[in-house]
Amino acid sequence: MTVATLRVENLRTHFFTRHGVVKAVDGVSFEVRAGRILGLVGESGSGKSVTGFSILGLVDPPGRIVDGRILLEGRDLRALDAEGLRALRGDRVAMVFQDPMMTLNPVLTIGTQLAETVRAHRRVSRAAARDEARAALARVGIASPDARLAAYPHQFSGGMRQRVAIAIALINRPALVIADEPTTALDVTIQGQILAEMQSLVRASGAALVWITHDLAVVAGLADEVAVMYAGRIVERGPVDAVLDRPLHPYTRGLVDSVPSRRARGEPLRQIPGMAPSPAALPAGCAFRSRCDRASAACLAEPGATLTRDGREVRCFHPLEAP
Amino acid sequence: MTAPLLELRAVSMRFARPLDTAARIARALGANVGEAAVHALDGVSLAVAQGEVVGLVGESGCGKSTLARIAVGLHAPSAGERLWKGRPTASLRGDAALRARLAAQMIFQDPLASLNPRMRVAELVGEAPVVHGLVQRAGRRGYVAELLERVGLDASVARRYPHQLSGGQRARVGIARALAVRPELLVCDEAVAALDVSVQAQVLNLFAALRRDLGLAYLFISHDLGVVRYLADRVAVMYLGRIVESAPAEALFAAPRHPYTRALLAEMPRLEVRRKRFAAVRGEIPSPLAPPPGCHFHPRCPHAMPRCRMQRPELAEVAPGRFAACFLDVTAEPQ
Repeated sequence: MTVATLRVENLRTHFFTRHGVVKAVDGVSFEVRAGRILGLVGESGSGKSVTGFSILGLVDPPGRIVDGRILLEGRDLRALDAEGLRALRGDRVAMVFQDPMMTLNPVLTIGTQLAETVRAHRRVSRAAARDEARAALARVGIASPDARLAAYPHQFSGGMRQRVAIAIALINRPALVIADEPTTALDVTIQGQILAEMQSLVRASGAALVWITHDLAVVAGLADEVAVMYAGRIVERGPVDAVLDRPLHPYTRGLVDSVPSRRARGEPLRQIPGMAPSPAALPAGCAFRSRCDRASAACLAEPGATLTRDGREVRCFHPLEAP
Repeated sequence: MTAPLLELRAVSMRFARPLDTAARIARALGANVGEAAVHALDGVSLAVAQGEVVGLVGESGCGKSTLARIAVGLHAPSAGERLWKGRPTASLRGDAALRARLAAQMIFQDPLASLNPRMRVAELVGEAPVVHGLVQRAGRRGYVAELLERVGLDASVARRYPHQLSGGQRARVGIARALAVRPELLVCDEAVAALDVSVQAQVLNLFAALRRDLGLAYLFISHDLGVVRYLADRVAVMYLGRIVESAPAEALFAAPRHPYTRALLAEMPRLEVRRKRFAAVRGEIPSPLAPPPGCHFHPRCPHAMPRCRMQRPELAEVAPGRFAACFLDVTAEPQ
């Protein structure tokens, strides 16, 4: 059996603030294989972005990874020093962020930024790097890439900028791509274009992709597997059809039922009562219990992960079906 | 037949940037320098009947927020007419003008940006009704408490400042503030876009309840087709300053007629559609500074004909209650 491209084991990332310890990620485990897409879903503050940042070693103080292992192609990233991580980022692992304006340098041309990414990791001539840059732009569907290499980020539209960011992320053919809400700020038709390209690029290059989003519908259309996060933990994980069609965790059920397109007009949406607890003051036991209609005294203890017959993992004492 | 609550007739909105000094001098010397003008709206007609929910969808830059501002009377259109209960609002004076203005209220996308951070919820919600004499100053407390209860907030929230509230609570305060002047129409501009799904469901349920209990009409603007399908009776689709299609919600979502609407629906991610082959619409939304001639959608349209490049298709009734602005619909049934 082959090694998973990414394997995260019991990851804990805590932030040590003046107001106490914020357990943003608290015991997260999952894996992604080559050529597969994992959707990491959660609402604001669930810890999904911090999980992504932790994998790339991008958590700044007061945040710190306090426990767990992050294995990229079998190698533990936590054992690497800053220099080792730097060599890996942009080469074997790449990240695409929500706002491309934050990742692109406004005073450098697109061509320079693409070529720089190549030459930071490989010894190639300027001319060869530029050829690769041109090819990378063409791959993400940018018309007349030759002319566009000389353009600056502000000369692009939002959708085009995101394509450039994706081209930079993929230019060194990384084994793993982490995408943090990359289409959230985009319009529907532009989002469709980006999703189409990500899909075909992952298929073509065999990279593993972790797609972080709050949008269940995007995950349904894109991912092979889905992991649902709540208050720093993955509460349910498994193949996308199983999780979305027959959720086991009451929170997953609540999320799926909250999506308006699932309901006929006029029929009230099923809503999850209350709101997510502050990560600075998580209740003991299951963090969802105060909003859950199945909660009992058992939920005062922290639920462990239960494996089901159809290859799912759920953390709940009272799952909606017997696992 | 009674007049609709709100009617916009062939409304256009043009924003021009005045020439700076250098450009004025250049023009005086004979250079061909014109004002940069954005046609945010180009001959848009739209009506909202009493108690009706009209959904307006479109992508960024299509003019939907400008339309929202004209609908509540924040902007006066550059051309065209706004009618309230059949009377042009530009001709209303005094008390009638004031009442028409109060009757249409807006809910903004970002409640934190639209709530004064230095005011407590009690003042935010209670100020306007007191100013307009809808309640006495002495009755303000009770009135605010009643409104907060209606939007599902605890009365203790009245003493808080906006920064002490969660996103969902702030959205509810924004709604309570709009309700405080007893409107008949709520214009919601991306009112749930910033909320998490579970909170969004709570707010959508609240909108539905207010409609049922108070008989409110809505102009509900969103880029989220799922939300619009859930709420609206009728849906209008905008592209680059023009309405390209309008139809009863069910008919529109079942069988869209305009190529742009079809593209939009095909690209809409749905929970039911798994491992979809995203087949993108070509091209990008053109800049409203330089819209293409003829039909604005023709550069991206798979069915574009020579005529589409020259001539603007008018919004025409293609079936009872269904309107589309496309030459395909005039010449032949789309496949």
